[in-house]
Amino acid sequence: MKNQQNKTEMDNVEQLIGKVMQVGVLLAAAVMLIGVLMLLLTGKSGYSGSFHPTTFSSLIQGAIGLKSYAIIMIGLFLLILTPVLRVIVSIYAFYVAHDKMYVWITTLVLIILIFAMVIGMFGV
Amino acid sequence: MIETALLLLFLGVISGTLGSLLGIGGGMIVIPVLTVMVGLPIRYAIGASVIAVIATSSGATIAYLRDDLLNLRVAMFLEIATTIGAITGAILTGIIHPLWLETIFGLFLLYSCFNMIQKLWGKGKANQTIVVHPDQWANKLKLNGSYYDKVSMSQNDYEVTHVPGGFAMMYGAGLASGLLGIGSGVFKVIAMDTIMKMPLKPSSATSNLMMGVTAAASATVYFFDGAIKPEIAAPLALGILVGAAIGTRIMQRIQPRVLRIIFVPILFYMGLQMFLKGFGVTF
Repeated sequence: MKNQQNKTEMDNVEQLIGKVMQVGVLLAAAVMLIGVLMLLLTGKSGYSGSFHPTTFSSLIQGAIGLKSYAIIMIGLFLLILTPVLRVIVSIYAFYVAHDKMYVWITTLVLIILIFAMVIGMFGV
Repeated sequence: MIETALLLLFLGVISGTLGSLLGIGGGMIVIPVLTVMVGLPIRYAIGASVIAVIATSSGATIAYLRDDLLNLRVAMFLEIATTIGAITGAILTGIIHPLWLETIFGLFLLYSCFNMIQKLWGKGKANQTIVVHPDQWANKLKLNGSYYDKVSMSQNDYEVTHVPGGFAMMYGAGLASGLLGIGSGVFKVIAMDTIMKMPLKPSSATSNLMMGVTAAASATVYFFDGAIKPEIAAPLALGILVGAAIGTRIMQRIQPRVLRIIFVPILFYMGLQMFLKGFGVTF
C-alpha cells in the first residue's frame, strides 16, 4: 500500500521534473538559436579572427555588447549545465518519494560531478 | 557560412536520432564527419562531440521521462561508477598507454557483438522472455523496474542481476570516456543489457541519461580550454535536439529485436576500429 502511494507520488514528481528539464533545455536552445541567427544575419562574431570568449567575465561583457559568439557560448554553457539540473531534480524526486538511500546516492553523484566540473574549470 | 551551418544542423539531426535511439553519444558519427568533411582539427571535433553527447542526452531525457522508459535508480547508482571512472581516466592520461586500452576495449566490443548476435539468433522472437534471477544487490538497491512498451502495449516488469559486474563495467565505461574520449554510451548499454540483463529499451534510455551526466563532468575542461568552437558546436547541438526528439519517438514504436539488429553492426564497426587502432591501423 505504502509502495503504491510512493509510486504515484514519484510519477507526479517525474512529470514536474520533465517540465523543469524542458524549460532548462529549451532556454539553452533559445539562447544558442538567437546567437546563431545573429551570427548568420550579421556575419559578425564580434571578435577579431577566429577568437571566441571562454572566461565568465568576457562572456558577460560580450553578451552585454550583443556579440554573437558570446551569446552562443552562454547558450552552450547552459546546455552543459542541463545534466547537472537533471541530477539536482532527481535528488528532490527521491526526497519526495521518501527514498532516503537514493537521496544519498544521488547527492554523492552531484558532489562527484561538481568536483569534476570544478577541476575542469581551474585545471588539475 | 550558411552552408556549413546547414550541414552541421543536418548532421546533428541524423546523429541525434541514432544516438537517442540506441543510447550512444554519436561521437562516432560526429567526429569522423567533422574531421573529414569539414576539415576540423581533432581537438575541436572532440570538443563538439562532447556537446553532441550532452545535447543527445538532455534532448532525449525530456521525452523518456514522460514515457517512463528509463530506470532512475539504476542510472544514479551506476553514475557513481562512471563519474569516478571519468575522473580517474582524466588523471591517468599520459600514464596509461591508450593503445593498450583500445586493444582491450576493442576486443571486448567484438565479444559483446558476438553475444548480441547469439541473442538475436538463439532466442528468436521470444527475446523478452528470458528469466532473470535478481542478485541480492538488485533487491537491496531496489534496482528492479518496470516499463511500458507501446509496441506490445504491455507493462513489462524486469529484474536485474550481476550488479557488481555492471558497476565494474560502468567504471570501465567512465575510464574509457575520460581516457579515450569516445565509446562510453556503447559500454553503458552493454553493462546494463548484456551484464545486468536489463531489457534493451530501458537500457538505451538509461544510458542516454547517464551519458549526459558523464559528459558534463568533462565538458568544462573543453569549454574553458577553448576546444568548443561556438560556430560549430551550436548548430550541431540545435540539430541534435531535434534529432533526439525524433529518435525517442521511433524508440517507442520499434521492436526491441529491430533495435538490436541496428545495434550489432555499430558495435562491430566500433570494436574493429578500436582493436585495429591498438595496432596502429586507423580508418
